[in-house]
Amino acid sequence: MDIFLQQVINGLSLGSIYALIALGYTMVYGIIKLINFAHGEIYMIGAYIGFFAITALGIGFFPALIISMVGCAILGMVIEKIAYKPLRNSSRIAALITAIGVSLFLQYTGVFFFKAEPKVFPKILSDGRMNIFGTKAYISYQQLTIFVVTILLMLLLQYIVHFTKTGKAMRAVAYDKDAATLMGINTNNTISMTFAIGSALAGAAGVMVGVYYSAITPLMGVMPGLKAFVAAVLGGIGIIPGAFTGGMILGLIEAMVSGYGNSLYRDAVAFFILIVILIIKPTGLFGKNEKEKV
Amino acid sequence: MLKIDNINLYYDGIHALKGVSLEVPEGKIISLIGANGAGKTSTLRTISGLNKPKTGSITYNDQDLLKVSPEKLVNMGIIQVPEGRRIFAPMSVYENLELGAYLRKDKAGIEKDLQNVFKRFPRLEERKKQTAGTLSGGEQQMLAMGRALMAQPKVLLLDEPSMGLAPILVREIFDIIKELNSIGITILLVEQNAKMALSIADYAYVLETGKIVLEGKGKDLADSDEIQKAYLGG
Repeated sequence: MDIFLQQVINGLSLGSIYALIALGYTMVYGIIKLINFAHGEIYMIGAYIGFFAITALGIGFFPALIISMVGCAILGMVIEKIAYKPLRNSSRIAALITAIGVSLFLQYTGVFFFKAEPKVFPKILSDGRMNIFGTKAYISYQQLTIFVVTILLMLLLQYIVHFTKTGKAMRAVAYDKDAATLMGINTNNTISMTFAIGSALAGAAGVMVGVYYSAITPLMGVMPGLKAFVAAVLGGIGIIPGAFTGGMILGLIEAMVSGYGNSLYRDAVAFFILIVILIIKPTGLFGKNEKEKV
Repeated sequence: MLKIDNINLYYDGIHALKGVSLEVPEGKIISLIGANGAGKTSTLRTISGLNKPKTGSITYNDQDLLKVSPEKLVNMGIIQVPEGRRIFAPMSVYENLELGAYLRKDKAGIEKDLQNVFKRFPRLEERKKQTAGTLSGGEQQMLAMGRALMAQPKVLLLDEPSMGLAPILVREIFDIIKELNSIGITILLVEQNAKMALSIADYAYVLETGKIVLEGKGKDLADSDEIQKAYLGG
């Protein structure tokens, strides 16, 4: 029971990271039907922005988190403008290949500038931990921070998407670009905004992972990027609550595999889930088959 | 006055509009009729800036619309109700209407127009919290028109408002079009339902495979032999 509880806690904090990255995947897919494979690299750069903000400026966790989110938002918009926008009307495969290219470009630009050796992320959050209701399970303050920050960001995102003008424009553009244009919505700005928000969430994930695992490398975005993609597909790609749920489920499953089975199998399990989902319910847990009325 | 002059539009090498010219004077109802694929929707999409013509000009009160962004066009009051209604199905009826007023900042004016839309289409008020995709076809058409009215249109471009609707609803929609015209909104109506479209038009154009082949007063066209044969089954 204690092991189970401990793995739930570990799973929720790992799942939070997947969820934050998956949200960006799903938002971008929702609006331009592109799997932005460079998204994992935005998360990596977010971790480095956080690292440099903390080491060079000597600031605390939350200011670093915000700087990283802003930096990643800008990076996301720049990538969209330079790499994807010119391909807006070309085939989807062209954009997908470009995304893979951007991903590799960022990985090795990272290796060039940051060097391949891991950087040690400064300890800026307390190492302390809390006992859970007298059991042998513990939650560290870092895990608690990750979980709480993720929940707050998710709530903020839901608020933006459902109650602000920008969010309504995003949903309108995601559903029907031409109709949105006829409402006077600037679709280019709206798409840009979607990249900004999605990338900011990845930046937040990057800083939190840096704090949690205390080492960052230029290739750190590859695996979590792919896993977050699995999480987004699991929840139903293009559906925001789906990405969140998918991330959490994936985190929990991985923690259970590590806790009860063999941690070497956890990546295999993640991709096995992807295959199963694609066979049984390709639209994901929250996906439904849209029917259109004429 | 909205003036389309000698527009040529190509899609992937297909010559979709071949020198189309038409005029939509202030306060009138102008109908554009023709069979499926004649280029009616392309004409409206070109006016709204969704398609870029190769040559030709579109002006509104002597302002060149081809140099104006689609957003600016909405701001100027040139509003399209697209074919197939194109409502935002996953969003609520209320949110759809809000999006119609997307560019407006006058909160009080928006609220007033919302009440007017609800007065004109009481069904929309009853269902304002409902997901737009769950509305019936007729209600969706009303939502699409209500959404356009939220933008304070000066010129309303209506693309096949009668499509897929029962005859009684078609009459209702046409009554609404006449009423909107009577409060000063200029109408450019695209229709396959030639009989209804001609009956309310001040002036009408007939489009055939990308070309205007006939034009004249609505009543004259309705009585002409060519139209009787080709479109009215006479």
